[in-house]
Amino acid sequence: MEINLEEVFQQKIDNEIKIEPRDWMPEKYRKTLLRQISQHAHSEIVGMLPEGNWITRAPNLRRKVALIAKVQDEAGHGLYLYSAAETLGMSRDEMLSELHSGKAKYSSIFNYPTVTWADMGAIGWLVDGAAIMNQVPLCRASYGPYARAMVRVCKEESFHQRQGYEIMLTLCTKGNPAQKAMAQDALNRWWWPSIMMFGPNDEHSPNSAQSMKWKIKRISNDELRQKFIDVTVPQADILGLTIPDKDLKWNEERGHYDFGTIDWEEFNQVVAGNGPCNKQRLKARVDAWNNGEWVRDAATAYAEKRAKREAGKTEAA
Amino acid sequence: MSDRELLYNYTLHLADNSMILGQRCSEWCAHGPILEQDIAITNIALDLIGEARSLYQFASEMRGEGHTEDSVAFLRDVLDYKNALLVEQPNTDWAYTIARQFFYDVYHFNLHLALANSSEKRISEIALKTIKETTYHLKWSSEWMIRLGDGTDISKSKMQDAVNHLWEYTGELFQASDIEKMAFEKGFGADLSAIAPLWHSKVKEVLDEATIAIPQSAYQQKGGKTGLHSEHLGYILADMQFLQRAYPGAEW
Repeated sequence: MEINLEEVFQQKIDNEIKIEPRDWMPEKYRKTLLRQISQHAHSEIVGMLPEGNWITRAPNLRRKVALIAKVQDEAGHGLYLYSAAETLGMSRDEMLSELHSGKAKYSSIFNYPTVTWADMGAIGWLVDGAAIMNQVPLCRASYGPYARAMVRVCKEESFHQRQGYEIMLTLCTKGNPAQKAMAQDALNRWWWPSIMMFGPNDEHSPNSAQSMKWKIKRISNDELRQKFIDVTVPQADILGLTIPDKDLKWNEERGHYDFGTIDWEEFNQVVAGNGPCNKQRLKARVDAWNNGEWVRDAATAYAEKRAKREAGKTEAA
Repeated sequence: MSDRELLYNYTLHLADNSMILGQRCSEWCAHGPILEQDIAITNIALDLIGEARSLYQFASEMRGEGHTEDSVAFLRDVLDYKNALLVEQPNTDWAYTIARQFFYDVYHFNLHLALANSSEKRISEIALKTIKETTYHLKWSSEWMIRLGDGTDISKSKMQDAVNHLWEYTGELFQASDIEKMAFEKGFGADLSAIAPLWHSKVKEVLDEATIAIPQSAYQQKGGKTGLHSEHLGYILADMQFLQRAYPGAEW
């Protein structure tokens, strides 16, 4: 009897059995995952930059330590995700070279500037909040290494989200008028880019159906976006801040908030490289990599010398 | 100077060293040469700032009058900062950063070994925690000294350049200021003259293995510990203190 590999694969997925690196998988599944996981890893690494921008200027020591630890967590997430992606057959260096050449993408949200301290609050609250909405379902993704990496990522992201909200809460409830204005301004700037993080509307999301079938994706872009808006609006109310959307209102019938039209033209421009910081973010990563080349070379050369010396010793003995 | 004032000033000196170096190390976050080392140097920044916080908290309690770790750290200007010149030197590149870290780690480790016996309980408690952390920092920076020194021709030349450049800031670590002298006499400080030979012997051991020559120049800069800083510190504090200065008394 002939075994149909693709059927066996899909059966596993339908039965919620994880796909592991050595299992047979369709080439397109491997490629889709590799693209998604490496993009996610790149987003973590590029995402260190906007917040890293405020480390030396954090307003007090407690906030400074928390911010450093947060940005460091993102580096850690990058590490787990690159490792998960490597199980699909591409090395971290290759993935990085795709990032540096502009071939690989990362989340567009990180192409916006962090201009005040309130941005540290808004990013934690909104950007990490949106990321959690996207990522919690990924803890059940069909590919084992990805799902397991996401479990750890999500735990830390949820801590970051609370930390960000707490920054906003302090600005809004204990802050002076200038600090409150800073918080409102940050919400104004980060709101729309944050809800764009869920990606195009479902009817314009070409890869979604296949990803759903493969259980790489479990909830649609629009559903996740709605869920995010529904939980975030009451949080803004507690802060006493106004969400910059005049069409935002509770719809009793739907049991959800209605919201205004998203400016996809802006989204497409940022994806195309024309966001306010696309060039700076990529340059910062390329510079870090290029400036580090001699360091990595030295580490490799030293390790080789040492191995040779050890081998020499063993031979002599 | 009363004993209390002396202890306050001595505590600030210890805190300022680790605070400023921690601030410098944190500048690497998101810009490191490879992800694992980005994480490592960020950890060191966190340890150093964590140590500084414990010391600033102690100092602010001594000072009373509503002072906090933040008012002590953020509301003093350059002349009142008591860190050594070494720690405020710029990151420049990975070789400078590693050499600066290594020189400080050897000092910092031995200093806290001595401070573990401080007559002041708070200082000795902080020292015990710092020894644990610094043991790891010293291992990490020693390994990088060797890796870069004995790596490629380029890394060797960069490391030798960094060592040559930073050498003149190492002597100050062991030139006791009046505060350090009195702190030692009172029993809560450390004897820097006893730490100096330990420092030199460890530095020689690691530089030898790294195939890096010990600079022969004898001249040593000084002044940081008594408030006479390089031009760098003003910029470090401008960044660090910006929000506290721009929004006086605000909560964050």
